[in-house]
Amino acid sequence: MSEKKRIELMACAGTGCVAGGAFQIIEGLEKEIAARGLEEEVSVVQTGCNGFCGQGPLMVVIPDNIFYGWLTVDDISHLVEEHFLKGRPVEKLMFTPPEEKEVLPMLSDIPFFKKQLLVVLRNKGIIDPEKIDDYIARDGYMAMEKVISSMSPADVIIEVSKSGLRGRGGAGFPTSIKWEIAIQQEKTPKYLIANCDEGDPGAYMDRSLIESDPHSVIEGMFIAGYAIGSSEAFIYVRTEYQLALERMKTAISQAREYGLLGKDILGSGFDFDIEIREGSGAFVCGEETSLIHSIEGDIPEPRQRPPFPAQEGLWGCPTVINNVETLANLPVIIARGADWYSGIGTETSKGTKIFSLVGKINNTGLIEVPMGINLRDVIYDIGGGIPNRKEFKAVQTGGPSGGCIPSSLINSPIDFESLQKAGSMMGSGGMIVMDEDTCVVDVSKFFIKFTNDESCGKCVSCRDGSEALLEVLTRISDGEGHEGDIEFLEELGKTVKDASMCGLGQTLPNPVLSTLRYFRDEYKAHIKEKRCPALVCRNLIQYYIDPDKCVGCLKCLKSCHTEAILGKLKYVHIIDQDKCTKCGQCLEECPPKVSAVIKVTGNDMDNLKQLTEIIPCPKKKKKKKTE
Amino acid sequence: MPKLTIEELRKKRESTKKSIYLREGNFRGKVTVHMGTCGIAAGAREIMSTFLDEFSSKDIADIMLTSSGCAGLCSEEPMVTVEMEDSAPVKYGKLTPDKTKKIFNEHIIEGNIVEEYVLGIGSERAG
Repeated sequence: MSEKKRIELMACAGTGCVAGGAFQIIEGLEKEIAARGLEEEVSVVQTGCNGFCGQGPLMVVIPDNIFYGWLTVDDISHLVEEHFLKGRPVEKLMFTPPEEKEVLPMLSDIPFFKKQLLVVLRNKGIIDPEKIDDYIARDGYMAMEKVISSMSPADVIIEVSKSGLRGRGGAGFPTSIKWEIAIQQEKTPKYLIANCDEGDPGAYMDRSLIESDPHSVIEGMFIAGYAIGSSEAFIYVRTEYQLALERMKTAISQAREYGLLGKDILGSGFDFDIEIREGSGAFVCGEETSLIHSIEGDIPEPRQRPPFPAQEGLWGCPTVINNVETLANLPVIIARGADWYSGIGTETSKGTKIFSLVGKINNTGLIEVPMGINLRDVIYDIGGGIPNRKEFKAVQTGGPSGGCIPSSLINSPIDFESLQKAGSMMGSGGMIVMDEDTCVVDVSKFFIKFTNDESCGKCVSCRDGSEALLEVLTRISDGEGHEGDIEFLEELGKTVKDASMCGLGQTLPNPVLSTLRYFRDEYKAHIKEKRCPALVCRNLIQYYIDPDKCVGCLKCLKSCHTEAILGKLKYVHIIDQDKCTKCGQCLEECPPKVSAVIKVTGNDMDNLKQLTEIIPCPKKKKKKKTE
Repeated sequence: MPKLTIEELRKKRESTKKSIYLREGNFRGKVTVHMGTCGIAAGAREIMSTFLDEFSSKDIADIMLTSSGCAGLCSEEPMVTVEMEDSAPVKYGKLTPDKTKKIFNEHIIEGNIVEEYVLGIGSERAG
């Protein structure tokens, strides 16, 4: 039997693709390959998240580098026969950019991948995350080897300091300085904690990182532990990240088996081991002191700082908490050197950043880009722009703690300082894109609702402040806003920031404050004119059927759950506003060619033709094309 | 599995590299077996297996072995195209496992074209 395979199918088995049926597809592929006697020539490799989640379930065929997306079990038999047996790639499963006709067969042709720079995610889609040998083959544990054979802990710190690495968890604190604070403490033992308590809505960078390359996190943890003189480390992962947890467990036991974790690693005399701690999904646990309390078995509430965890942390001992993405940068910094690493990025923000690009964007997925990249490049080149030719309105970075960056700032670079200047923050890397149909009051309400739910309740300013913010925002979106609301939101927002103890309270007003800064007129329209310009807030909109366009097809009428639509075949339909619940079903049902159902707001209705009884539909006039 | 020493970790890295070579994409040559219906009927599967066995026995990782559809010369099947770095593609026809082994040893390993089985050299152009 020959060992060499001529084809490898790199099938994504990240959470997104798994939810779309990746495991069934992988099983189907294996069966079909065997049925055709190709099992000695073709193998299926389960990889972590490929990144192009919007196309999942997906796979990349090696060595041809052909990308197949939106796979179903029904495609398998045809695909195996055509491509893997007869060598004819199957066009209909390839990627076609939205609004274009030409398919892009190869991964390297797809713009989503072109502008990315993979440093942390260097192994994504290339290795099987459950095989330590795959990681080693890609120069894995080379940095560990280098550290042990030729570097003192002080050398490691100097190298990391020279690299300019800053924490990827949100605030961007220089990693080496945090380490130094812990080293200066006399008390022992010292602890290291990898923070993978990722809670921002729409963000999944840390989860994907562990799912696709758990050993890079382990190697990074070893380097950090070696630098600060810690032999005991914890990785704190949310319990709902089942796949990530499983892969981390597998990776840790493999590393132990090879002696890359445990006593006397690689004969160095240095001991280091990792324990997994599962968090139960409280957002506040991403905050360092709450996380420590959670590991200690206490109620996860933050405490006053200083003393900082690096001075007095877990069980009162000096504790360094680094985000998993920060840690996964370390093997590359050590192996390739600080000079190489600091060549990427801007003056103050070095290296790359992983973002999860979600919302109203064509190419949803996980991306890694160099710091300093333009927002425009991310949204239009990598993200492929906004679906349905809608206008780009804003992007929310940093999740519920971040802010909205408006379209006017689309040319600004993405780095720690620029985002802060724009009233947002890097955060852990969520990037939610909004189009013209997004209402900023509604968005603020969503985020404040989230932080209000997640506030631990220790500080009055955060607990009751978020409650009060939510109340006013709800009132505004319900059309009951009044003079002075905007000023109140601003004053209260600033107070909550000032008076709260931890990062959650200190940042929770950001979505409100940043939207007030850039979209003040939209708030005013809600309050003064009872108008929702984006046509989102239910109480401020109405549905209307244009009598000149309606063809009397009955589609909307039949779909209406409250029987609010009057009409009969080929008669103009009318919406009874008293019965209408504004569910929007009629708008969905109205055929795109007709487009008679529209949303209106404020006093728009006054300027529209109102029918009191149903009349026959107008005869269609043949229009000359004006284009 | 006993614990590794630094030396063993280095050795492991070298030995595992071959297992993922396909994914790295740095090939110095490419062998294409034409696997249209005509090719398969004429025995292309056997040619492919022969190549796979030869590649494994000589531990060749840096040459891509792939398949493609019918090359348009069905009467000459089974056919393969051998493209080595910096030289024109060579098409061989009417192959048997023995001929395949010869092509593997002489052309792919030693770099000498096996003239007696050559159908054509260079890419065909639309006239």
